[in-house]
Amino acid sequence: MQIFDIFLLETILNGILFGGVLALLALGLNLIFGVIDVVWICYAELMMLGMYTVFFMHKTHGLPLFAAFAIGIAVVSVLGVLLHVLVIRPVLASEPINQLLVTGGVLTFLQAAATLAFGIDFRNLGVSMPSLVLGEISLPWSRISAALTALVAMTALFLFLKKTYLGTAIRAISQDRAIMPLMGVNPAKIYLITSAIGGGLAGLGACLLVLQYDVHPAIGLTFGPLTFMVCVLGGLGNMLGGFIAAFIFAQLISVGGFYFHLEWGYVMAFGFFIIMMFVRPQGLLGVK
Amino acid sequence: MSAMLELSDVSAGYGSFQALFNVSLEVNTGEAVAVIGPNGAGKSTLLRAISKLIDVTGGSIRMDGRHLAEVPAHEIIDLGLSQVPEHRRLFPRLTVEENLRMGAYPLAARARFAERLAMVYELFPRMKERRDQAAGTLSGGEQQMCAIGRALMSGPKLLLLDEPSAGLAPVIVQSIFDMIRKIRSEGYTVMIVEQNVRQVLKVVDRAYLLEVGRIKLSGSAAELLSSKEIQKAYVGL
Amino acid sequence: MDKRWWPSLAVLAVLPWIVPSSYIVHLMVQVLLWSFIYTGWSLMGRFGLVSFGHGAFMGIGAYVVVLLWNVYGLSPWIGIPLGIVLAVAVAVLIGYPCFRFGIAGHYFALVTLALTEVVRSVIVALRDTTGGSLGITPTNVLTDGTTWSITAVQFADKRVFFYIALAFWVFGIWVWHRVDRSMMRYAMEAIGSDEQASASVGVNVTRTKLTITMISAALTALGGALFGQYQQYVNPDTVAGIGVSLQIVFAVIAGGMFVRFGPTVGAVFTLLLTEGLRVGIGNKINALDSTIYGLMLILFIIYMPTGILGKWFEKMRGRDGAAHG
Repeated sequence: MQIFDIFLLETILNGILFGGVLALLALGLNLIFGVIDVVWICYAELMMLGMYTVFFMHKTHGLPLFAAFAIGIAVVSVLGVLLHVLVIRPVLASEPINQLLVTGGVLTFLQAAATLAFGIDFRNLGVSMPSLVLGEISLPWSRISAALTALVAMTALFLFLKKTYLGTAIRAISQDRAIMPLMGVNPAKIYLITSAIGGGLAGLGACLLVLQYDVHPAIGLTFGPLTFMVCVLGGLGNMLGGFIAAFIFAQLISVGGFYFHLEWGYVMAFGFFIIMMFVRPQGLLGVK
Repeated sequence: MSAMLELSDVSAGYGSFQALFNVSLEVNTGEAVAVIGPNGAGKSTLLRAISKLIDVTGGSIRMDGRHLAEVPAHEIIDLGLSQVPEHRRLFPRLTVEENLRMGAYPLAARARFAERLAMVYELFPRMKERRDQAAGTLSGGEQQMCAIGRALMSGPKLLLLDEPSAGLAPVIVQSIFDMIRKIRSEGYTVMIVEQNVRQVLKVVDRAYLLEVGRIKLSGSAAELLSSKEIQKAYVGL
Repeated sequence: MDKRWWPSLAVLAVLPWIVPSSYIVHLMVQVLLWSFIYTGWSLMGRFGLVSFGHGAFMGIGAYVVVLLWNVYGLSPWIGIPLGIVLAVAVAVLIGYPCFRFGIAGHYFALVTLALTEVVRSVIVALRDTTGGSLGITPTNVLTDGTTWSITAVQFADKRVFFYIALAFWVFGIWVWHRVDRSMMRYAMEAIGSDEQASASVGVNVTRTKLTITMISAALTALGGALFGQYQQYVNPDTVAGIGVSLQIVFAVIAGGMFVRFGPTVGAVFTLLLTEGLRVGIGNKINALDSTIYGLMLILFIIYMPTGILGKWFEKMRGRDGAAHG
């Protein structure tokens, strides 16, 4: 019984660490939705490209890990801007559902193009980190550092949104789009900046995940649906709600997977999501 | 006196619906001008056209001699034109102070943020008390103070007020016009669009009567207040 | 159905005897089955109910039939109705609260996406029974020279399946037509333009949306079951999951969501693209077609949101208008 509880505790701790990364991913998606009112269904595919970038920069071109990370973040950030300019901007005035579907097209495109370019092999960055051992509990440093980095990044973003003019404008635009020009704000510019930040967050997520998971073209499908559901559960565009939902989801997957099987963890998390949509359709913290 | 804002033959509308027909008017430095008229006359459309929230289909608008057609909507504020929009339109989930900060968004205004914030708090001490409160939780009158304060944060040459008394309780309406008097005494040039004809004519120097998108009458506030047409239709004596 | 379609149907019916190879018959069966599924999806899609959950309905239909046959020896004749009933039950379970609480647009799409992932994850998780992500084959009864079995719905001759698929395709078009001509369409269009206003004039919003969803789920589950029986193989990634949901949505948009044969055109178009690439340039990695799909989906939504057939109709109408006016 004693040993059993230790494993459960380790599972819960791992869930918290996973929750941190999930919260970071959800934050990027929420930011985009809050500002531009579009859901990037292909968000996790941008992340997948970031993971490949880090992989090739570090493994093939032999760049130091942190340089590879910096390039990965920059590349995905640029991809975010390109996505906005080439795909989102032409459909900004279309029906919301077309905006959703067009990013679904980008998902298909990026996943298939990655398969063409890189093949279906699973690639491992090959950076092994030791584990933190506390008595009988052992937590990999790759997970701990990922969760801590995510926390730092989220704090930095929070301060940016709270303390700067640009950040205030980013929060304001979702509350009243039409009058932004009266404040001297150019919405088109805010959209570009937000797309770059959202892409950058996906790039950072890629750096954190590439330490823990193998890269392959379909990796986005593992994290994409999870990220949307975290966002919807927290209330689309509600960053605090998304933060809380990420930890709930991560625990369900972690503990559910511990008692049953990893897939059952996912089934529980998705099932919980569906039930919550009916109990609180406006999101965890939303007000009706 | 030279015209600060000058509209000549301005036409504008929404899609195929034309709301303004050849409107010409001017606002001179230092004066307060009202545009009065019934609901649906095109008063708010007029202000939206000046701020380029809607496109002008004919005629020209000039601010200090500069054609606004050449200026993108978000740079209008840099010319010294600041608008308090209809229904105030505060950012409800930002605090009072964050709303005021949005008013100082243009680069030139950021440098003088602290100074102007102090000025707004002096003008409306209530805003200082409520600085950390979400703007959506303010009362109607307080929201109007916040909206005017926000518009003043850019240090405008000309303040445009769109229906400042609309939707407010009669007691509050009185205080709104007191506020406008106070702003006038600070030396701001003001243009007000208003349905509350009797009250607004006591605050401004001159006024235009807008009906169905056309200027029907214009003159000094005293002239309009004593004109038979205005008295019959709007003042209700 | 209109009498003038009979000659075209007759031509279609003799086609399998004329075409040179069973490969072409195979392609035609694929087109008919997918058209049937796409038509089922478009019943909802055309009214703005964009579902990413059809992978779930298709997967339920396909897997229920195969599992009942393999585990309990229950004939697909019982399995197919049970699969449909289960899919419709799931559709109600998800649909009722969605419509009751006014979950629409993005939220509806994401809730149905979660449903798809639940079904796919359950299939993978039950790997001892379902074969997990490797898929599963229905127990084959066509041994010892048997060429067909009605009980098992297994036929060595592809042409048998062609007629089954053709019959269901016609049925799908008929359902589309009936919905198009029914009061439900007016109710749904009213809901689409203003939900609250239509509720106030007596349209039962929840019930109307739910009815459409149930019909759509039933057709999709049926299509999934037939597809599984035809392929004699089901796999969570080819009959369930977000990939299938996206494929369905893409094909319908490409063909045209708002016209009767739009989904069929979409099926022909996507299959020709896939097969053309495979045969034409010997595409072995199954990715070039998806790359082009994705790209075209983006271009279609930006430049041709009414689809190929929809656009063609618009053009014809424009030309007629010009000629008469």
